[in-house]
Amino acid sequence: MSKYYQPEIETASVEELKALQSEKLVKQVKHVYENVKYYRDMMDEKGVTPDDIKSIDDLHKLPFLTKADLRDAYPYGLLGTDLKNCVRIQSTSGTTGRRVVAFYTQKDVDLWEDCCARAIVAAGGTNGDVCQVAYGYGLFTGGPGLNGGSHKVGCLTLPMSSGNTERQIQFMQDLHSTIICCTPSYAAYIGETLKEMGLTPDDIDLKAGIFGAEPWTEEMRRDIEKSLGIKAYDIYGLTETSGPGVSFECEEQTGMHINEDHFLAEIIDPETGEVLPEGSKGELVFTSLDKEAFPLLRYRTRDICVLSRKKCSCGRTFIKMTKPMGRSDDMLIIRGVNVFPSQIETVLIKEGYTSNYLIEVDRERNTDTLDVYVELTPEQFSDTVKEISAREKSLANAIKIMLGINPKVHLVAPKTITRSEGKAVRVIDKRKLHD
Amino acid sequence: MAVKQISVFIQNKKGRLAKVSRLLADNDIYIRALSIADTQDFGILRLICEDVDNVNSVLKEAGYLTTITDVLVAAVKDDAGALAIIAEALRDADISIEYIYELATVDNIVYLVVRVDDNKIAAAALAGAGIKIANEDEIFKL
Repeated sequence: MSKYYQPEIETASVEELKALQSEKLVKQVKHVYENVKYYRDMMDEKGVTPDDIKSIDDLHKLPFLTKADLRDAYPYGLLGTDLKNCVRIQSTSGTTGRRVVAFYTQKDVDLWEDCCARAIVAAGGTNGDVCQVAYGYGLFTGGPGLNGGSHKVGCLTLPMSSGNTERQIQFMQDLHSTIICCTPSYAAYIGETLKEMGLTPDDIDLKAGIFGAEPWTEEMRRDIEKSLGIKAYDIYGLTETSGPGVSFECEEQTGMHINEDHFLAEIIDPETGEVLPEGSKGELVFTSLDKEAFPLLRYRTRDICVLSRKKCSCGRTFIKMTKPMGRSDDMLIIRGVNVFPSQIETVLIKEGYTSNYLIEVDRERNTDTLDVYVELTPEQFSDTVKEISAREKSLANAIKIMLGINPKVHLVAPKTITRSEGKAVRVIDKRKLHD
Repeated sequence: MAVKQISVFIQNKKGRLAKVSRLLADNDIYIRALSIADTQDFGILRLICEDVDNVNSVLKEAGYLTTITDVLVAAVKDDAGALAIIAEALRDADISIEYIYELATVDNIVYLVVRVDDNKIAAAALAGAGIKIANEDEIFKL
């Protein structure tokens, strides 16, 4: 089997690639203009028509889409085709107005799975491999995406979903899994569990891992590689653009190749929106090129990174992006879940607390921890520990319902959370996620 | 019948108790009795003092969270079984005790602060078991 899943396109010349992108972009813009009223209105307001877009050089004329637009248009406002043509939805884990629901036609699912298949092949996967998918299955894109990609490659696919780590390891041993797909923190946890079970990497057959959905460092990569005896590959994606597989790492492990035949990438200045030249650090913006159900033009990811078209030793010509180096908004990714501080604030106010709070995120034994410090008001203070502890529990529960992850709530005395002049510091992220 | 107790919220951190007790000392506030309940994060300092309203305004002015609660002070003979007599009387009346601590022992009588949900029912239950309830005048004369 080839070292590429779709060699013609993965190794196409940059000229061919750009010509293909231009051709697809013209069609995609037309498709959006004709079918998505929300974006048509945005284009009309900016005075741009599909006729103005003749090649990728005209991309900058189009307006940006943001997460706020996705929220405004929820759920059907950005749909590019009749619901009858859609076969699937996937969604982000948020349970608030921030939730993103993406729609797929069968063709959209196929192309998404192709992207994941390319990632698996780039990690050395063939139809002789046993691919254990330990991403969560369900609305989350991780499990279904890699599951589909694994089928396309022809791997024997183990749809394990996440959790039950000892069973994961038993299956790994009994069925000789050679590839594992999951979040990097879960991979690290599997490594620890393996050790606790008295096993070594020699007791399993894994050779590669494809890890994404949350930030991780080179140091974490080395730890995982050592504890599982594998080569660890990064994969990037977001629900808005289909899921994992927007970009993926090859054996060079120096950034992720963007599947440019499906996604057109730009780097912009997050403040001014100005397009920056290759090699600049800025906000990553994606334009889908052949989506039917959920086409997004110039969608601002808020992820900060750098693009580079430096020749890659793997032979792929797709442009590479660095791991996201941060965010241009205040979103946190905690245990793979997107969290905005404002979501926590909404709960606090609803539950009768002040908006003076502090969120502390850390990582213990490769698992993210979320601590929320909230000031108690005079009316809420009681002389019994029982009542205050009950308040902490009930608030933690309300936050859990909002975010889907369990926080530890600490009620503190009034005026003990530092108030700063100007922009308040609401988040302390103690994790070292970026090298 | 009931006695006023003032409770103060303090972070469970080094020096916090020293700070609040220095504040009370500087304001000539005499603590007749106290108890502290603590968790990993915070503690609740409960005080029995004269002129609770004044103590409350001193603490509030300094930015402390406070609350005033009515508690009962039960007086029983200072013998083995003193606590059992009170606890059993309340149990027999189906009353849960939130917390209990000693206020003083004077002339072979032990005075215990008892915090329950309903002071009226609890006082009746204690009186029914022959237990004396001390009022504020009595305890500050001890």
